[in-house]
Amino acid sequence: MIELENVAYSYGGGELLSDISLKLAPGSFHFLTGPSGSGKTTLMKLCYGALLPTAGHVRLFDRDVRAMTRDDVALLRRRMGVVHQDCQFLDHLTLSQNIALPLHASGRSAEAAGEDLEDLMHWVGLTERSAALPPELSGGERQRAALARAVIMSPDVVLADEPTGNVDWDMSQRLLRLLIELNRMGKTVLVATHDLGLIRATKAHVQARVLRIANRRIQLAGADL
Amino acid sequence: MKGLRAQLVRAFQPDTQADRVVPPSGFTAQLTLFAAGAMAFLAVFALALSLAAGRLAEQWGSELARSATIRIAAPDDQQQAQTNAALRILETTRGVAQARALSNEEQAALLAPWFGAELELDSLPVPRLIEVIETEEGMDAAGLRLRLAAEVPGAMLDDHSRWRAPLVKAASRLKMLGWVSSVLIAAVTAAMVTLAANAALAANAQVISVLRLVGATDDYIARAFIRRFTLRALIGALVGMVLGMIAVLLLPGGEDETASFLTGLGFQGLHWLVPLLIPPLAAAVAFIATRMAARRTLESPT
Repeated sequence: MIELENVAYSYGGGELLSDISLKLAPGSFHFLTGPSGSGKTTLMKLCYGALLPTAGHVRLFDRDVRAMTRDDVALLRRRMGVVHQDCQFLDHLTLSQNIALPLHASGRSAEAAGEDLEDLMHWVGLTERSAALPPELSGGERQRAALARAVIMSPDVVLADEPTGNVDWDMSQRLLRLLIELNRMGKTVLVATHDLGLIRATKAHVQARVLRIANRRIQLAGADL
Repeated sequence: MKGLRAQLVRAFQPDTQADRVVPPSGFTAQLTLFAAGAMAFLAVFALALSLAAGRLAEQWGSELARSATIRIAAPDDQQQAQTNAALRILETTRGVAQARALSNEEQAALLAPWFGAELELDSLPVPRLIEVIETEEGMDAAGLRLRLAAEVPGAMLDDHSRWRAPLVKAASRLKMLGWVSSVLIAAVTAAMVTLAANAALAANAQVISVLRLVGATDDYIARAFIRRFTLRALIGALVGMVLGMIAVLLLPGGEDETASFLTGLGFQGLHWLVPLLIPPLAAAVAFIATRMAARRTLESPT
């Protein structure tokens, strides 16, 4: 599904990531952890085609990202839900219009997905806020909205980069439960976080593997963490 | 280029959702409208100038080219004989459709504005004028001049080319200037729309990155911008064109166009349809300019 082979990535200065090989199997649940600045976000970006590796190969859905055009990447994003730490919305559209945005962008009518949209809003607990504008939402509400937007296209993979960075413990637990539910529905989930407590709490509910970035390389962390 | 046609079709398809994706921008929208309108207004005058100058050049060129005058200045006793000789030569000259000596009354009428109606023509040594009308192919003025010089010593051929040529040249140059102005106006419109579109694209960088994230193709992102600027240019140019045409209509006109270039400035007959091309052209220019600006922005790494 997502396959990295001897991937390296360097920003102007030195190498940030090197010799990374990774394979995310369908239906798996992975955490990606490591200290701040270790390259978690960069690795996530490599995984959803926002960055091209400086060496090695990244294959997404069995296609090399180097061979993809921007429009190919756009089509790919419809099969991958992405949630950022500081999620951005179209601030002049209401919450429900924002969540339905991927449908419009892919040429599907929001009306046809009306019921799905309602279910989704209910699932993330934002039904009452559907007419609110994004700037009026709290941090937790924004994260849940971003998650709803990421999964409305029913993607095969959900990538979340520090989804709990801006919210309190209860809200992080709630977000993680949503991600676990998605994983149980068969979606591949990759969550980048520096919060080990969160990882521990989650491991009680789901068979999650933990990938740790250290010294520019990726290691499979032990079961004890 | 298959994308181009699809984009063209979609640019005019109402799609309120796609429009909503980009936040409305009140002030710059009005500036684009105003600039498109002003450019269309100016374009109407540039076209009026070109078309009027073109008409004038053509008229002067063709009407005057087909007429010439022979002036016979000879002592009284020889004048009739020389006139007859000149007419005989003209009869056998190729390219002359018709030649006729003016009567005393006609010559008096021509001179009346200068000497008054009471002039006794007989009391003055007035030369005889022969009016020559050429055929379509025209005649060989130099050859005719040689034959006249040999047989009719008092004859002077004036084929009007001496004073006509610079006028025709000036009118053609004016016509060209009018077209150059039209092209410049179109180029300025393109530059203005490009600037406005670049500003809009830069101001909406966040919108673009959000759309990218949710899987919007370049085409989808560009569409919202293209549609907006194309419609603005179209509406602005429409208003500017209507105002420009009203202004041209209100120009004081003369009965005779050749009487004065200034009173002839305007449109005639089917030429009134030419300015109707301005709004669609402005829209096309805006469409292309926005499309290029959007493409450049979307291609640059984010």
